[in-house]
Amino acid sequence: MRYAETGINLEIDLSTGNIERVVSDPKDTELYLGGLGTNAKILWDRVPPEVEPFSEDNLLIFSAGLLCGTPATGCNRTIVSTISPQTQLMAFSMMGGFWAPELKYAGYDKVVLRGKSPDLVYLWIKDDKVEIRDASHLAGKGATETAELLRQELGEPRAQVAAIGLAGESRVFFASIEQGRSSASRGGIGAVMGDKRVKAIVVRGTKDINVARPDEFLGLCDEVLEYIKWRAANPIKGVMPILAGLGSPQEMAIHDEKWHTENFMWGNSRVRRKGFWTEEIEKQWTETMEGARTRLISCYNCPMKCGATISMSGLPTYMMKCFSKLTYTMAAMSDLDFGLRIAQRATEYGVDGFSAPQVMAFALELYDNGILTDEDMPGLPEGNEERFYWLLDRIVRREGIGDVLADGTYWAAKKIGNGADAYAHNNIKKHEQLPLKLSMLNPIYFLMYSTGEKINITQIEGQFPQAPFPTREEREEFVKDWFQVPDDRFKQYFLDWELRGENSIPYYPTPQMCCDIVDWQERMHYIDDALGMCAGLSSFPLKPPYHIHNYPKFITAGAGIEMDEEALTQAARRYRTLVRAINIRRGMRRKDEKPPENHWKKRFPELEKELLDTYYKFKGWNEDGIPTKETLDELGLDYVAEEFVERGILKEDEGAESGETAAE
Amino acid sequence: MAEKKKKTKIVKRIHVDADKCNGCRACEVVCSAFHAAPKYSSNNPARSRIRVITHPLKDIYLPVYAGEYTPAECLGRNTYTLDGKEYDECAFCRASCPSRDDFKEPDSGLPLKCDMCESEPDLDEPMCVKWCLVDALTYEEVEVEVDEDEDEVRIEDVELGLESLVDKYGLDKVLDTIARLSKKD
Repeated sequence: MRYAETGINLEIDLSTGNIERVVSDPKDTELYLGGLGTNAKILWDRVPPEVEPFSEDNLLIFSAGLLCGTPATGCNRTIVSTISPQTQLMAFSMMGGFWAPELKYAGYDKVVLRGKSPDLVYLWIKDDKVEIRDASHLAGKGATETAELLRQELGEPRAQVAAIGLAGESRVFFASIEQGRSSASRGGIGAVMGDKRVKAIVVRGTKDINVARPDEFLGLCDEVLEYIKWRAANPIKGVMPILAGLGSPQEMAIHDEKWHTENFMWGNSRVRRKGFWTEEIEKQWTETMEGARTRLISCYNCPMKCGATISMSGLPTYMMKCFSKLTYTMAAMSDLDFGLRIAQRATEYGVDGFSAPQVMAFALELYDNGILTDEDMPGLPEGNEERFYWLLDRIVRREGIGDVLADGTYWAAKKIGNGADAYAHNNIKKHEQLPLKLSMLNPIYFLMYSTGEKINITQIEGQFPQAPFPTREEREEFVKDWFQVPDDRFKQYFLDWELRGENSIPYYPTPQMCCDIVDWQERMHYIDDALGMCAGLSSFPLKPPYHIHNYPKFITAGAGIEMDEEALTQAARRYRTLVRAINIRRGMRRKDEKPPENHWKKRFPELEKELLDTYYKFKGWNEDGIPTKETLDELGLDYVAEEFVERGILKEDEGAESGETAAE
Repeated sequence: MAEKKKKTKIVKRIHVDADKCNGCRACEVVCSAFHAAPKYSSNNPARSRIRVITHPLKDIYLPVYAGEYTPAECLGRNTYTLDGKEYDECAFCRASCPSRDDFKEPDSGLPLKCDMCESEPDLDEPMCVKWCLVDALTYEEVEVEVDEDEDEVRIEDVELGLESLVDKYGLDKVLDTIARLSKKD
């Protein structure tokens, strides 16, 4: 008997229409857990580096996490993995909502799509019945609209729908997969879904999910709920309101946007507007939000209310969470009313709320600097806000300049030429980043930006405070009930961290400490992504209810796999290394591991080199960022080592090849 | 008329504040887990005795408990508009009935009914309430006064019932039936 997981993957060949139920190997669950971990294993085994993102041979995997569908609070994430058209590397994207548990209840852990359908289709999964159905009537429809139409068409109000909008259909490199309040946005996975001609996957399940040790498992869930209540009553002191509590940053609930609007950059990640947040703005934006927001809402089996239904007058209702609230507003140098209005259209089109506004601001900056001209953009409206709508409409249809911009700033700049590169200035690994430009290098963040393979800072940071607290007393107060740390030495790192002087950034925490801190932060994200846990209850906030000490118990009691902290850490290391292996095989090297040039004003090349060297060593990677044979063997990834040697990526004696590398 | 004697009894009830519901369905998860055998060994919201009817785009969030089974569906169904939102009458109905899948075991089709998590030892509150951290569901025990003789059969009620039978079938038929029934004992 399989516990927590169903043990069945759905394999669907869209080219031939073949559908198979495949029993997965329980041994793989022990080694790679599930979700991201087992996705990585499938991608390593079945998608060699020669496979292009828009190829029949690329796979698009929708996976529920190992513990999705169990009563574990907040465990509801769908992990979607494929090869990204934008980065050409393994794409990571996850969505909360309701889809993953529903897939489990239908009897499946994953849906693995391969091939390409000749016509636009949708998939209808209801328990044992799985159908590929015509979707020609849904072509061009919005993502939210599609979900509603399909629920009506199928007469299944309880079905869960993951759908693409026009952007996915047009293979926009930053197209998302939308699921009501949640979306899997990063890496352009919506484009791969569109390339496979799948408009939506609809799921409804009515089967049981079992846990191995029922009373123990429920006891663990009760502890989590009690701690969530306690944290709600005891917000963390000394940090800004959005970081004081649990959940995703509470952008839908909190009106005070002083921190974001004055510290994040506006326009094409260029302008910092100190003093922007006035009483008048606060009053206006609060009114806008309160007029728009009908209710704060949650994902499956979670008490945190991170999302909201948004109804702007004259526009259809949609759902939103987190920082998309401000990305359009700030890229367009406009106000919240504009941001919430254009986000409605963008959500229906299905585009990433981080990349899309930046791509449009980038285009307008090029226009202002004469690199794009009226000839490139015939009919560009006069008004600033109208221009954003105009660009968005063209990008998702790949019309005119929209066709160039639809590939994201990195590739668009290459096509446009004429110095456009300098304007695509906020990318890591060819992917648009949060609009942040800061002063002094932060060594912890330097490592996270450089080496993160989820290509988004929010998907690696967390747990450890972003900045030191001013006084020793405050720090002592903070560490008092900080039981989530894997080891007490982390408390000491924080206690000794000062705002100024010897123990301040960039030289403190020391490179060795930074490695330790980054490794812990990253590990928790990777565990979440295998289990299907929302980062908002685990890896992202300070002092979360799920941590390295109770996770092994959840896995043991839930999935029936004997687990302790060491074994869990080792498993996470295993599939984290496998993800790196996939990217290394696709050509990623040290040269790709760097933050945007202008992310910090004050840079320290020698220190940065030392940081990266130390971290690579710490991780068991060689100086080019390639996992060594020794590391791979120790993790049971000897099949990776063998292939690395075969391909000349590693030498028999563990040294890396030198010189030029494949993908550029 | 002599004053009727009063006594009190405890009525258990769950108060539903639909305005506070966040649509997370934790109540469905834990309800189905509690009623699994062995307890908590599995969960499946399709077996839950509480259902959250949601329509996010219309802002409809309505937790409903399973009540009595009914063999027939209603003939006509009404719709209600409350606070500008249109609800189907079925949305408020607690019955396990032929017109919908709700409140039936998905495999056998047998009806489900909320039992307030009755168990040995008693829980402080039903599990759905315990797991509803947003307080859309709250548990109340209220004392209500009832007439002491409430449970006793009132002769007027029997007469009323018999009269209607006599009206329908005639006195002779009813007398015959009563005679036959009494012989069986």
